[in-house]
Amino acid sequence: MATKLPSVDAVLIGFGWTGAIMAQELTDAGLNVLAIERGDWRDTPTDFSPAYAQDELRYYWRHELFQRLSHDTLTIRNNQSQTALPMRQLGSFLLGAGVGGAGVHWNGQVWRFLPSDLKAKSHNLQRYGKAYVPDEMTIQDYPVSYDDLEPYYDKFEYLCGVSGKAGNLKGVIQPGGDPFEGPRQREYPNPPLDIPYAPSLFGQAAASLGRHPFPHPAANASRAYTNPLGVQLGPCTYCGFCEKYACGNYAKASAQTTILPVLMRKRTFTLKTNAEVLKINLSPDGKTATGVTYVDEQGREFEQPAEMVILSAYILHNVRLLLLSGIGKPYDPVTGEGIVGKNYAYQITSSVNVFFNDKILNPFIGAGALGVMINDFNGDNFDHAGLNFIGGGYVGILQTGARPIETHPTATGVPTWGLEWKQAIARDFAKTTQINTHGGVMSHRGNYLDLDPTYKDALGRPLLRMTFDYGDNEHRMSDYLTDRAAEIAKAMGGREIKANYRKGPWDVVPYQTTHNTGGAIMGESPRDSFTNKYLQSWDVPNLFVLGATAFPQNAGYNPTGTVAALAYHAADAIKAQYLKAPHQPLVQA
Amino acid sequence: MRLRARAAAAVLAAGVALLLAARQAPVFAEVVAPAAPVAPATAKATPAVPESPQVAQGRYLAVVGDCEGCHDRPGGAPYAGGLPLATPFGTIYSVNLTQDRETGLGAWSADDFWNAMHNGVRRDGAKLYPAFPYPYFTHITRAESDALYAYFRTLPAVSYRPPANKLPFPLNLRFMVGFWNALNFKPDNAPTTGPNPGQHIVEGLGHCGACHTPKTFLGGDKNGHALEGGKLDNWLAPALNSDQRRGLGAWSTADVAEYLKTGRNARANASASMADVIRYSTSQMADADLAAVGDYLRGHPTHAAAVGDVRVDPKVMQAGQAIYVDECATCHAADGKAQPGYFPPLPGAAVTQSTNPTNVIRFILSGTQTVATDAKPTPLSMPSFGWKLDDAQVAAVATYVRNSWGNVAPPVSPSDVAKLRRKVGKPIQKPSAKV
Repeated sequence: MATKLPSVDAVLIGFGWTGAIMAQELTDAGLNVLAIERGDWRDTPTDFSPAYAQDELRYYWRHELFQRLSHDTLTIRNNQSQTALPMRQLGSFLLGAGVGGAGVHWNGQVWRFLPSDLKAKSHNLQRYGKAYVPDEMTIQDYPVSYDDLEPYYDKFEYLCGVSGKAGNLKGVIQPGGDPFEGPRQREYPNPPLDIPYAPSLFGQAAASLGRHPFPHPAANASRAYTNPLGVQLGPCTYCGFCEKYACGNYAKASAQTTILPVLMRKRTFTLKTNAEVLKINLSPDGKTATGVTYVDEQGREFEQPAEMVILSAYILHNVRLLLLSGIGKPYDPVTGEGIVGKNYAYQITSSVNVFFNDKILNPFIGAGALGVMINDFNGDNFDHAGLNFIGGGYVGILQTGARPIETHPTATGVPTWGLEWKQAIARDFAKTTQINTHGGVMSHRGNYLDLDPTYKDALGRPLLRMTFDYGDNEHRMSDYLTDRAAEIAKAMGGREIKANYRKGPWDVVPYQTTHNTGGAIMGESPRDSFTNKYLQSWDVPNLFVLGATAFPQNAGYNPTGTVAALAYHAADAIKAQYLKAPHQPLVQA
Repeated sequence: MRLRARAAAAVLAAGVALLLAARQAPVFAEVVAPAAPVAPATAKATPAVPESPQVAQGRYLAVVGDCEGCHDRPGGAPYAGGLPLATPFGTIYSVNLTQDRETGLGAWSADDFWNAMHNGVRRDGAKLYPAFPYPYFTHITRAESDALYAYFRTLPAVSYRPPANKLPFPLNLRFMVGFWNALNFKPDNAPTTGPNPGQHIVEGLGHCGACHTPKTFLGGDKNGHALEGGKLDNWLAPALNSDQRRGLGAWSTADVAEYLKTGRNARANASASMADVIRYSTSQMADADLAAVGDYLRGHPTHAAAVGDVRVDPKVMQAGQAIYVDECATCHAADGKAQPGYFPPLPGAAVTQSTNPTNVIRFILSGTQTVATDAKPTPLSMPSFGWKLDDAQVAAVATYVRNSWGNVAPPVSPSDVAKLRRKVGKPIQKPSAKV
């Protein structure tokens, strides 16, 4: 029997980026907010020491910062004809756990989606016609425009102290920036990071081919920075332990380095760690969320009533908790009916290695979002006529730091082990770089999330089941990006190149990206979406679902900038409208 | 007797020990009990009814006196006492200042309160231990005492009796304090706010000398050495005077005020015991008072001998520099200039140049955390290196930062490090040659 606790104004489920953003905004509005996080309390001074952050074995290979799959994982299959099996080791994506979520071990790649990314269906239909957007491609327009989100992108970039160079200031293209980006109202808060040798070689080669290289926008502070909340970030040291690690230098933006020092001082905010929400509770008519039930580490159950429930966990956990709570109609890929679990999407990556004989590239210098990119082939920045796909991605060199256990690229023909392999690594380690492509994935009818019929977690609840594969659209797009990357690789003038195309079905084993999206998407009407444009549930108006869960399909960019912008956009609507008329829909169905 | 040896430092040391344990056996890191986020104790509830000017003055004076610094215990009601104060002579528990008649000050008159503040005598006539800093409080005026009394009258009664003091015979006999007073204490016959408000705060309610003045073997202030730096709880409370290298001589008044208000400035970050002083007291003081304190302290004369010739072994400097580049330069920069206001610069800093090297050794061994304030909430920190550097390495890098970039200070020996390490943390585990 669950112990019933006193009610709070708002309860947040999960305490990563979106939870911290929403808690900060709602406490500012005077609300009494409780966040429930199933992982540990983690903070920079006590947990992220630069004296041992560089422990590759501990953090990456032994997954210290990641979700424990022995407690909870998901099952995986490529299509409905297969039996899904549990993912027993993290591979293709690295789920976070604990305070700050995956925003602790992210790279700090802060992008804005293109204006046309947010109109993916209508834009592509209009430009390329039905043949490019077949019925099985279940993409939709976002119910928000780039202009709607611009102030919130800006707010997040200033919160994080993003280092970069604007390419489009109020419609005027800026030299040195990304000319394809949507117009921004002001420059980035910090100048770009210093560019290492390999990315600068990429920039020169790309420019020689008529492309438009620019420094990657980075939530790795290029200088000491105090954000609008008064929180201090230290300058990045280019230590190379950013991606998949926590930052001990206060340089990588995370909830810990941008919000928590202010939020944790507020008496109206409470955080419960090591407490896992079992379900969202509903009123008998199913139209009101009455709170949540959670279990603590001792196995004691508590019922936490709340006026408002905000689901702010990772997208996969958000979808699963909706399904476990019986909220919304589960998606059925056969009939196309139902919403929850629909339009799960991902991203597709590939790479091209460049080997030099004469250039020492010092690849161990690194930061999460340190590099030079081109967006010439992202979204609809190029004419797709005759290419037979839509969408795209960025291409560039992201020098995150060649960590020694993880980094051993070899040229074509080198054996995978033994003396010859060792000699090749020793010869090439400092003289090798890699161009990456990072492409979006559209939504397809057969890609979805539901509850697994067989496997259960440590608490006895069904695991989430992921049914996903790349479509022809994605393979054609990724191959096209890889070809473009190879052209630049050749122009860089190395000894040889090796193009690594993404072939065959999606494989859960090699790391690709932790950019899972969809499953409770936002839209214009309850017929085709779970939430309205303010991330408010159509069915349960005092329930808000944050995160990439809302993306109708993915774009070619990293999602965190858009995830944060959508959270701020929702927070503003809650503060300005919802709190004046609680439990009422912000958009009429 | 040392007056302000504080539990906070012990908690810090325990935290570091935990960190060390987690580090040495990474597998245990995930089962270490989570450090519950602690709400800061700074924000004061504003009174519902407007308070009288006298009560408002008393509320402010209680901040200036850092009363909560000693009279709050973790988890206890404000001013209810019970914080253990570890003195070299034993443990003394702070008393309950709330209005409970049995366990607090509820039965006290304004005269009783004045007698305690001015003469160090309890309501029942017994002598107070000088862990309660009446040798400083004796300088406050009767009007100030009455204002404090009026404020304490507004504190809700909390029934709580702190544990009995743990003092060895014969110190457990309160009349022994009489002998101590005869040697170390002279009541101020004519307390006045005086022409120098900074001096009045520093020497009176602020009781800065309780930590920052060197002590005699009896724990009394060393005559003629006020504010030249004291030791407490295996830290050095640095000199607060015009000394250019070891004191505040190079600081501006605004530097001092900013440090006391925000917990950091372009020259130094506050941590350890000073963190509590800033949290409970100076971060909430009026800007004008902080400037007055700054004016007074940085002009305060020093009698310490000038730094003479310092001879440093070049091999030690070379080893120290190598360690510095590997471990320290990412935050403090190769030239030591660091990121002023974020990570403190080392050239010219008192922490590097104090004759007594305790703090620089301890920061390297244990790490530290800058106090978070409303103005500067980020808990910027330095990690512990005690687990990865041995005594000779710590000594070398400490010697290097004490004698680079224009700094001059006596070298640190490995035995200095070993001595402090025994007191504040585990000795480094040397890998066995047989394994």
